[in-house]
Amino acid sequence: MALSEFLQFLISGLTVGFIYGAVALGFTVIYNASHVVNFAQGEFVMLGGMFTVFGISLGLPYLVAAILAIALTALIGVLLYEFAIRPARGAPVFALIIITIGASILIRGLAQVAFGTSFFSLPSLAGDTPINIAGAVAQPQSIVVVVGTLAMVGLLALMMRRTMIGKALIAASNDLVASQLVGINVRMIVAMSFAISAVLAAVAGILITPISLVSYDIGVLLALKAFAAVMLGGMGKPAGALIGGILVGVGEAMTAGYISTDYKDAAAFVIILVVLCAFPNGLFGSEHHERV
Amino acid sequence: MSVFDTVQRVVGNRLSLILIGAMLLVLPLLMTSSFQMRLAVVVWVYAMAAIGLNLLMGFAGQVSLGHAGFFGIGAYSVALGPSQLGLSPALSLPAGIAFCGLLALLLGRPILKLKGHYLAVATLGLGMLIFMILSNEVELTGGPDGMRVPRVVIMGWKVKGTETWYWITGIALLISVWLALNLINSPTGLALRAIHDSEVAASVLGVDVARYKLIVFVISACFASAAGGLLALYNGHITPGVSDFLVSVQLVTMVVLGGMGSVGGSLVGAALIIILPQFLTVMHEYEHAFLGLIMILTMVFMRSGIVPSISKAIRSRRHDSNS
Repeated sequence: MALSEFLQFLISGLTVGFIYGAVALGFTVIYNASHVVNFAQGEFVMLGGMFTVFGISLGLPYLVAAILAIALTALIGVLLYEFAIRPARGAPVFALIIITIGASILIRGLAQVAFGTSFFSLPSLAGDTPINIAGAVAQPQSIVVVVGTLAMVGLLALMMRRTMIGKALIAASNDLVASQLVGINVRMIVAMSFAISAVLAAVAGILITPISLVSYDIGVLLALKAFAAVMLGGMGKPAGALIGGILVGVGEAMTAGYISTDYKDAAAFVIILVVLCAFPNGLFGSEHHERV
Repeated sequence: MSVFDTVQRVVGNRLSLILIGAMLLVLPLLMTSSFQMRLAVVVWVYAMAAIGLNLLMGFAGQVSLGHAGFFGIGAYSVALGPSQLGLSPALSLPAGIAFCGLLALLLGRPILKLKGHYLAVATLGLGMLIFMILSNEVELTGGPDGMRVPRVVIMGWKVKGTETWYWITGIALLISVWLALNLINSPTGLALRAIHDSEVAASVLGVDVARYKLIVFVISACFASAAGGLLALYNGHITPGVSDFLVSVQLVTMVVLGGMGSVGGSLVGAALIIILPQFLTVMHEYEHAFLGLIMILTMVFMRSGIVPSISKAIRSRRHDSNS
């Protein structure tokens, strides 16, 4: 009984954990290309889910609605870069923090007007027959989430290694000035990183909506949890982000299961505070020296 | 710094106190409804919290995205003091401020070691944690429905009515401005500005960076909780909404819109953020989107904020006419 209970918490933790991981990966892509921490990342998750819900309600087939939603979210990501981040390039960190938080409030506020304040759901992609694993019950959609996230991460890794755009992104992450010198269009590359990270988040949003529903205001908490994941994994480390996401998800599910459901969201904050204070560079992060 | 600068600053401080005092006296003559007066009370209260946050952001250069948490603690302490500890509401206010200061002292030590994004996220998390506690501890706080705040009674006199609160909060604002200006011009203020410019340089000069950051964090938390307590006493009822993340964002917007490092700017910022949505009633549902837009536009086009931008423009014009 105790084991199946534990397994149950583990399954639900892993499910949301993969989502946090995907969003955290999006953070990492943008951070590596531009050193901007995009606090509006959670809003992309919301937009992915919302656009799909509304595409379907307009009579579009699931797949078409999902692709449109992903494309629209990517477009919003690029617009965010072009109209809010790029004009402020070279600004101090606090200004960029305030800009991306402003963007998150703006997107959230518009979504509230456009979609209302209710919760929406999507049908599960793998049916509704629960799967029994050693006494614990898994929703089939959980498997879709895990497989979908892993496939997406695999694709991203492939793209980074095999395509020109991916290589240019890696080059830009290593040294912005040098990559400019060898003829990489940095503006295009950073815009691309916003698009990629919006796509990651939008897909995550579409995958998780059948399980945890979507409403206009899910973004802030998601961004915060993904940020906790990034902290755990070390800023700028893609694999770390994914692992961090899974750890935050499992930590949250265990808190909900064994301590209190009221405070399950607190798990992420406690992780943030403890990790930040004990390991300022993340668990897998490298020492950072400030240049004077 | 020349003698003239010092003279100008002292005169400038007096002047801003006199100006705000005059505004407090004149405004009631111009107001035509109790609604306007109500709005003024809310502006004074938020301006207090914004001034406190500005000390942290504008002078010590540290961002906090969780100040609504301290605002909420102040607000709930005037409700919980009487119901849990049997304190009078008037005594609960300073007790709440002291509690909040102590909390900031304990939490500030580890949190303020962080910089930039990390500090922003840690304070955001802290604010949300406080919000979560206020909404979840139903037995203590009444949960999302909130709780009643008893009226202040001083020697048999029941403090009530918007006009009375206009004066109470107005005077509290004046005291806050005075305290903030004094702090800025004290040796502590100088140390803070050195930290803002460069933490490394400040520490080389012998400034105990961690200690000064902690001091100003505690002070700004006290300002926020005082403001929250006054608002709760005035409204007579509070909900966890006072410590919502959006309130933290509003406070930050007030500071940057009015101008970081400008005490008068925080008053202007608070007035704009509170009053503008009232005029845009048609756009009421766009209120949050509007707030986000203001944040982006300010940071892109007017990073130093309204008041510093205007005073800079005036100064350069004067300079032009002199030459």
